[in-house]
This record gives sequence, structure tokens and C-alpha cells, in this order.
Amino acid sequence: MKFSEEFEARFAEMVPHYPTKRSALVPTLLYAQDEVGFLSDEVIAELAGRLDLTELEVRNVISYYSMLTTKPRGKFNLQVCTNISCLVRGGEEILQHCAKKLGVGHKGTTPDGLFTLEEVECIGACSWAPAAQVNYDFHENLTTEKMDRVLDKCLAQAQEQLQRIKSVDSLADTLSQRSEG
Amino acid sequence: MADVTLTVDGKKVTAPAGTLLIEACKTVGIEVPSFCYYPNLSLQGACRMCLVKIEKMPKLQTACTTVISEGMIVTSDSEEIKQARKSMLEMLLGNHPLDCPVCDAGGECELQDMTFSYGAAESKFMEAKNHKDEQQWSPVVFFDRPRCILCYRCVRVCGEGMDVWALGVQNRGVSSIIAPNKEDHLECEECGMCIDICPVGALTSGAYRYKTRPWEMKHVGTICTHCGDGCKTTLGVRRADTGMEIVRGDNRDKSGTNGDFLCIKGRYAFDFANHEERLTQPLIRKEGKLTPATWEEAFQLIGKKFAEVRDRDGGSAIGVIGSTRTTNEESYLLSKFARMVLKTNNVDHHRTADFPAFAAALRGKADATASMADVFTAPAILLIGNDPTEQHPLLAWQIRNNVRLHRSRLYVINSQAIKLRRQATNFMQIPAGAEGKVAAFLAGDDAAADAIINSSSTKDQWNSLRDTLRGEQNLVIAFGSEILGSDLSSLVTFGSAIAGAKFVCLADYANSRGAADMGLYPDLLPGYHPISGSSEFHTEWGEIPQAAGLDLSGMVEAASTNKLKALYVVGSNPIGRLKIDSFAFSNSFVVVQDMFLTETAVVADVALPAANAYEKSGTFTNTCGDLQLVKKAGEVTGTKADFEMIVRIADAMGFDVRKLVPIGGGTHADMGQSRGAQSGEADRHAVWLEAHGLEPKLSPFDPMAILDEIQRLVPGYDVSRMNLLAGNSQHTSLAKAGPGVAHRPESISPANDTLFSSGTLGHYSRALKSVMESHEVKPAEVAAD
Ligand code: SF4
Ligand code: SF4
Ligand code: SF4
Ligand code: FES
Ligand code: FES
Repeated sequence: MKFSEEFEARFAEMVPHYPTKRSALVPTLLYAQDEVGFLSDEVIAELAGRLDLTELEVRNVISYYSMLTTKPRGKFNLQVCTNISCLVRGGEEILQHCAKKLGVGHKGTTPDGLFTLEEVECIGACSWAPAAQVNYDFHENLTTEKMDRVLDKCLAQAQEQLQRIKSVDSLADTLSQRSEG
Repeated sequence: MADVTLTVDGKKVTAPAGTLLIEACKTVGIEVPSFCYYPNLSLQGACRMCLVKIEKMPKLQTACTTVISEGMIVTSDSEEIKQARKSMLEMLLGNHPLDCPVCDAGGECELQDMTFSYGAAESKFMEAKNHKDEQQWSPVVFFDRPRCILCYRCVRVCGEGMDVWALGVQNRGVSSIIAPNKEDHLECEECGMCIDICPVGALTSGAYRYKTRPWEMKHVGTICTHCGDGCKTTLGVRRADTGMEIVRGDNRDKSGTNGDFLCIKGRYAFDFANHEERLTQPLIRKEGKLTPATWEEAFQLIGKKFAEVRDRDGGSAIGVIGSTRTTNEESYLLSKFARMVLKTNNVDHHRTADFPAFAAALRGKADATASMADVFTAPAILLIGNDPTEQHPLLAWQIRNNVRLHRSRLYVINSQAIKLRRQATNFMQIPAGAEGKVAAFLAGDDAAADAIINSSSTKDQWNSLRDTLRGEQNLVIAFGSEILGSDLSSLVTFGSAIAGAKFVCLADYANSRGAADMGLYPDLLPGYHPISGSSEFHTEWGEIPQAAGLDLSGMVEAASTNKLKALYVVGSNPIGRLKIDSFAFSNSFVVVQDMFLTETAVVADVALPAANAYEKSGTFTNTCGDLQLVKKAGEVTGTKADFEMIVRIADAMGFDVRKLVPIGGGTHADMGQSRGAQSGEADRHAVWLEAHGLEPKLSPFDPMAILDEIQRLVPGYDVSRMNLLAGNSQHTSLAKAGPGVAHRPESISPANDTLFSSGTLGHYSRALKSVMESHEVKPAEVAAD
């Protein structure tokens, strides 16, 4: 299968850093996931081949890390922490608020494919609990209002991108309706 | 390595530096409980059952991962430790279904034993158990996930031990599960290693699951009847309408050279014994049809016919084909019977290796053959030809694990990219059929190099390989049936210049080596003594025909010109296996002893229902020359051991059977092999005698009497009888064998069996058939690193 040139450059740069090829697996998986959106069977087979691993071994590693997924998810992966520090500081409410607003539950993806919601264990931001993560960005000391602003920003970002792709009008409409409502 | 001394529970323990604490404890009889630790597999440290107290260390330590050190003071049992183990068990039982009353492992489960010892009888967990239905991963492997205690033994034995890597661990923490390589099923070698190594009943076998309980069986450690490697398999038998039924094969008895190992055949392909097409009464051809008859009638008829032909047309009008799966005693007896009673040298068997050339090449060389155990310890191994993973699974296991555990250097020379190349220090691919040239090149014939070089190798590489090999010591040289005759002697010439080098000549069936050693040849007596020469056999056996007889193809030809009037086939299927025309013997009187109506048995005039190797006693010699005791496990009413049948035919021909089987003087009793109303009684006597180390040598059907003669007369078989009876393998030697004779290369035809086939026997094994139908084996995708 074909990855972008950027991926290939990174991959080529990275592999020789490790004593054995297999050690490059986890970062490679992350890069591939960023690019493809999820780790498809095709990606797994390709990377297993490149790193001299069995597909089973690649799957074992993917299943170990919650950040890696074999199922497609939304453009924005919203992970809300409900572990102890966040829990006592209102993490559960944040989660409920998001669920209601997006109309999906744990590991659910909105029909427009924009958001996937996930309840996660500690993300290491206890000092600023409650915390959530959208893709690689952290959002801390959350309140429901603050959460709304984060989601709106995501929408705006998506919208902006969509407007740049003029040909996809109808989807833009849905988006604007959504941001109004 | 230097020794280290430590104290465990007040006892002084001395062991080599580098020893694991758990192993050091074993040497003084202190058992530290463990689940995830398994000798010779990588360390896991997952179960924490092996916690012990080590002075000056703050917390309890895992004995399975701690290396001993000087002056260490260890407590292996205390209240604190008991409590820790108890809590571990409580966790393990947290999601355990506790279905011991129906679980296959019930009664021999390590989790049951530990729970019993550490008594976590009450659980503090209130959560509902997480159920998951049993899954079938292959015809052989079933997985019951809730029973799994995540010790990862299965994952490691499949990867590290088998180099298959078909099992993995998915998810993390409490949600970890064992997963097969193809998402919902397995694609693997179906060895069953994972099943036997599982401490609980999470992995179970298609062959045995839910059939019976461990305590309802009698467990008999005997030798596998399939390939030539001689694994010890433990057969679980129980009473059935038809005698004693074999219900399980496993590795309970780890005293064989194979240790933990068995391939699918040794573990699950015992089921041919219970196949419904099994012959259970003699059949005599009447008006063109094979018709049931009594034993008396059959023996009288055979005796009359054989004697008639011998007296009218001479012994040379009779042919005898022996077996590669009968015991040494039976092969020896058959060889003797042919010569003494039938007066013929037309004796042969399905040859799969050139043992006469091997014996000739090694003549006078002491310690020149490697035992199967040597293959696991040799510092270097050269393998030419063959594909052990398919044809000699135990040999492959020994080689692989020698490389993994002892860093043995492996040199593989093969025309195919065989799986063992992954363990090889050096793998040389050669053109098909060039193995003989390799032998010549190694022996110094530089001109042979041209025939072995191909795009992947250069002359320089070959020269340097030869130099490297010459510089090795105690090299084991194993070779397949590609190397015969003069090539074989070149190879021996090359190897003999290497200090301590030993050879393994690979043959395909369970007792191929025995058949050869016992003289199932037209021109050789037992021990490779030429028929035309003189030997102790000539003296002891008296008047025997002096001219070499016909080999198998000679017999077929003689039959076509009506010169072969009678043919006696014992446990062999030449028509099915060697592509002989089924009408070849239409004008001969054919007697076949077999388990089934094979392609050969259907053309017989008399077919006698035979017992198989799992249903009788005697000895087998594996391809390396290791002699081992075969013990009776199963029993099918209506069959007889080949041994008894040969003796009965001799008797029916009016021959004094005492000259054939040297039994003790005077006493008459039938102790071992008798059937019918008294059989239980006789068996009990036999069991008693055996238990007291005595051998019942009272009956003319007693193979031990022939073993006496073999040990006395066959060169190299004078091994320790006591060790043999104790169940140990005893390496025989070819140093004092006769000079052998040269045979045509065409007389050897390899069985070409795979991991899932086993000559004619394989056709009658459901286990093997179902696996073959379900998939073809592909080697795992990559090598271990
Ligand atoms: S190869 Fe053997 S150990 Fe591995 S999964 Fe298959 S049966 Fe189990
Ligand atoms: S299946 Fe058996 S051997 Fe494998 S991890 Fe579970 S308990 Fe251990
Ligand atoms: S390796 Fe050979 S002897 Fe061992 S179990 Fe398999 S078939 Fe039997
Ligand atoms: S508990 Fe939420 S970030 Fe640590
Ligand atoms: S046996 Fe030591 S941790 Fe499992």
C-alpha cells in the first residue's frame, strides 16, 4: 500500500535508530494512524511485512495501547478523563455534557464523522483536572462552557477546511446548521 | 560456571552461578509453586505464585526470575508467603468458571492443586463473571477463555519452542486474552504443545475433550508408531466393549528423549486403532470373496499352502515382505522364520534409507552414530537434505532448541528453503538432486563444486563452509535419503576426519531402522551380515539358503512369470505405497497381516487381523539407533500380534517353535498376549511380574525371548537390559556390524510424509485427515529474532 512521502521519509529515518527493526513498531503505527485515520487490515499487513513481524504480533501491540485503533473514528477524537482526580473535579459531568451534545456514547462516532467520544483513564493532567484530549491537544480545568468552546473551535476548524473545498457544499450546510443550533 | 552457595529454609544449596532460584530450590527438594515459569522457556514473571522471602530485600521476590547469589538467605514458606500466594489465587479465581466437574483438566489441573494447597476457599469478589463461549480454533485446538489464567506458557512454547508464533496476547491487564494468529482460528502445525503445557483446562484438544476423566484411564508410556524419531507418548486407555480403547495421547510421561515434545501424530493420531474398518476376524478367499473364518482354519490353510509350495517349488518360490512398524522382535522373527522355516531369502521391506551402506561406512568406527539426545546437545550440526520440520518433527525440535538454548551452530544444505534455515548459522541452497555432489565436495572432490553452485552461492563460500566444518568438533551430521551408496561413504569419509563427529541417517517410519537392523533384506541377515558369508546366525539358525534372494521388485517380476507361488506380507502395503500393480500377485497365494483391508490386503487369499504397535510389547529402534521399549496400551478383541501369528504359522507348518523362539525350559503358561475368558487373569500375572522387574518368558508368543536372542546376536544391541526395561532409550552401535552390501539406489523410496500424513496408517486417522482437510500448513510468516 502507499503512504505519503512524508511518512516514508520519517519511516526511513526512524528504523535505523533501533537495534532491531521491530522496535520501530509503535511510532510507525502512530504515524500510519495519523495518516490513514485508523489501522486497517491493509496497514497491519504492510507494517508487519516491513518490520519482519507476524500480523498477530502487530495486532497484539495495537490492542495493548488505547491510543491505537483498528476501527475508523471521527476527525476529532475527544477523550474525556474520568479517573480519580478528574472525577472529583467534575470529569463525569464533562463526559455527560459531551455525550448529550454530540448524541453519542463511549466510543461512539457522530454520523457526520466529525467526533468520536471516548471515556478514558488518567491522561496525566491531574494537576489541572478535569481534563480532556482532542487528538493530540490537551484541554484542562474544564467546565461545561469551556468544553463547548473547545467543541465549537473544532467545528469552526472543520468548517474552514470545508469551505476551502468548495465542492462539498451540502456537508458545509449541515455544519453551519449544527453550529447555530 | 563457578558454584554459588545459598541457604533456603535453613538448608545449604550449592548450584552453578546463573541458576534461577526456583531451580536451585528443586535440587534440594524444595518445591516453589509456579504457573508461568516453565523450564527452557523465556521468563515471564506474570503469575507471582513463586514469591519467596529473600533477606535484605524489602518485598517478596519471584523465585522464577531471581538468579542465585552467594550467601543469599531464602525462606520459601511462611505465613506472609502463604498469604501472598492465597491472594494471587483469589485473583486468578476471580473470573474462573470453577467448572472443574466437567473440565478436561479436572484431576490434573495445576490451579486445582494450588487452590488445594493454599486454600483460597472464599472469594471477596462480588462481580458477575465474564463469560465467553468455548471457541474452536482448529480441528485440534479448542479454547475456553474464562478458564485461562494468563500464564503465557502456550504463547511461548508455540513461538520459542515450535518457531510457529501462532498464539499471541491481546489487550492489557485484566482484559488480556490469548488470541490465535488468524483472528478467529489458527493456522499452525497443530502439534498440541500449547494444549499439554496449559496448566489449566483453557486449551483442550479435539481428540480428547469431554471424553473421560484422567483418573478413569490407565496411562501407558510407549513409543510413537509414526515417524522414525521415536518419541515417547503416553497413551490413556480405558475399558471398552472391544477391549482397551485408547482415548488420549499426551506427554504426561516426560521420560523420553522428546521431553515435552510430541507432534500431532504422536499426540493425536492414535485414533486409527479405533477405526471402524479395523479387521477383527481372519478372512479367507472363498469363491473369489474374502469370507470370515476362524483362526484355526486360517492357520491350517496357510501352513498347508506354504509347506506345499516350499516342498514342491522350493523356498525361492515364496516371498516375504516385512514391516517398518512392527517391533524389532517381530522383524527379527520374520527374518528368521523366512530363512529357517520357509527356506527363502526373498525377504524385503519398504526401504527409506540406505542403512546397509551406512553400516558399511561406519564399520569399525566406535561412537560414530549420534543419539536423538545428542542432537540437542551437540555444539554444531550439519543437515544435508530432508525437511525435518515435516518428516522428522522431533529431530527438528531438538535442533531448534539446541540452537536457541545452547547456541549450537547449525549448517543447513538443502535444495528447498526449509523452515530450519531460520535457525541456521549458514544456509546453502543447492540445485535439486545435488546432495550427493555436496558429499563428494565435502570429501575433497573440488570438481563436484560446479554441480552445487547456483545463483545464491559461490565457490568461495563453499570452500569456506568446508573449512569451517572441518574446524568444528563433535559435529552431528544428519542427512536424508538423498544421500545413498558411495555418496554416503564420501560423507562418512569427510566426517570421520572431524574429531568427535557423529552421524544420523534419516529413515521415515517408526521402525525402519529396526527392519534394516533385523535383516529384512534378501541378501543380509540381522546386523548387516551378508547371507553368503559366515556369521553367528549361520551357526545358530542352522541350515539356511545361501544364495541372495529377490528384492521387492524382483519378487514382482518373479510373480509376473509365475515363479513366485506364495507371498507373505506382514504389516506392509506395497501395492498402495510403492505403486505396484494390484494384479501383480494374482497367481500367487497371498497372505497379508494388517489392521485394515489395505490395497494389498484386498488382493490377499488370507487376510489376518493384526494388532498395531500400541497393542503389543517389544522394542523399536529409531532412526538414530536408539533402542526403546514398546509397551502394550490398547487392545482390540479379535486381533493378534504379528509375533503370535508368525509363530502359529510356523507351528501349522509342523516346525518346532522352540527352535524359532527360545523360551525357557519346561514351564507352560501363556502370560501376556492371550485373549478370551482368561485374559484378565493372565494380564494380572504379567502386570505383577512386570512390577517386580521379572519377565514372563514362558510362552512361545513372548517377544522378550527373541529380545534375548537379538541382544545376544545382533551387533550393537548388547545394551543394558535394565535401563531398557526402566523405559530409557539405549543407543545401539554399528561399529561391529557386518560389512553390508551395495544396493541399487532405486530400491529406496522415501515415504515423503508431511507433518499431517503417515503412510497407509494416516488414511485411517481422523485427526490427521481433518487437519489436512482444514488447511495446508504454511510456515509462520517470519523468524524469531
Ligand atoms: S503450532 Fe502447536 S503450540 Fe502453536 S498453536 Fe498450533 S498446536 Fe498450539
Ligand atoms: S491458555 Fe493456558 S497456557 Fe495459555 S495463557 Fe491461558 S492458562 Fe496459560
Ligand atoms: S516426531 Fe515422529 S515420533 Fe515424535 S510424535 Fe511426531 S511422528 Fe511420533
Ligand atoms: S485523573 Fe484525569 S488526568 Fe489524571
Ligand atoms: S512462576 Fe514466578 S511469577 Fe509466575
